Amino acid sequence: MKISFTNALGLHPQALRLRARRMEVLASNLANADTPNYKARDFDVERLLRGEPKPKVPLKTTHAGHLSLADDSQNGRLLYRVPQQAALDGNTVEEHIEQAKFAENALRYQASLRFVNGKFAGLLTALKGE
Amino acid sequence: MSSFKIFDVAGSGMNAQMLRLNLTASNLANADSVSSSIEQTYKSRQPVFAARFRDAFDRLHGTATEVRVLGVVESPAPLRMEYAPHHPMANEDGYIFKPNVNPVEELANMIAASRAYQNNIEVLNTAKELMIQTLRMGQ
Repeated sequence: MKISFTNALGLHPQALRLRARRMEVLASNLANADTPNYKARDFDVERLLRGEPKPKVPLKTTHAGHLSLADDSQNGRLLYRVPQQAALDGNTVEEHIEQAKFAENALRYQASLRFVNGKFAGLLTALKGE
Repeated sequence: MSSFKIFDVAGSGMNAQMLRLNLTASNLANADSVSSSIEQTYKSRQPVFAARFRDAFDRLHGTATEVRVLGVVESPAPLRMEYAPHHPMANEDGYIFKPNVNPVEELANMIAASRAYQNNIEVLNTAKELMIQTLRMGQ
């Protein structure tokens, strides 16, 4: 019998990858808090992990250069944040909200990391057989 | 691991805010630099920021977005012109010119820049901590 890491670790490696990506997006939002016309972006990690179904109504493409959202894995899912109070310079970053999201994301990253560590500890125990 | 990008993004944000702080310091220091002509007078300087994608992948997926400093502009606001015939810098008509620096605006700018800088530092520290923990995975 061989060990399958994909089965043993479950969803957690994918969750870690998505959380790391979201951290980049939120860090970009915070870095661009004073950039005119910058729009804050974000995506829903939970929905991606659940395996969100493809949009039911695809965009009609009448030209070879047109994009269809259906087979676009990342672009369609990276969304723009709706600001509570938009700034006059067209910037939609609200620092307090981004900070809260960033902290939440970091905590969830740590949680996933701990789960992975737990799985590895379990595998080690099984290997040693002590 | 691709989260090294975070350090570049936060670093670019810190760089931009530091330039803004430097310009604020320069504006405040020169707030009372008197001269005898419009051309020679110090004008309030402000940075112009823009978003920049790190590479083609980021342009497509819009993830890591750095801050780029497009340049520094001088404020077009009118200079303060005062009649002071006994001032050593007065021109032949007896006028001196003072910079168009608004100290109240500059102080508010300074606080905003320092807060934004701190935000980027926090992002950097958190990312560093998480990466160290990730490196220790399975130990």
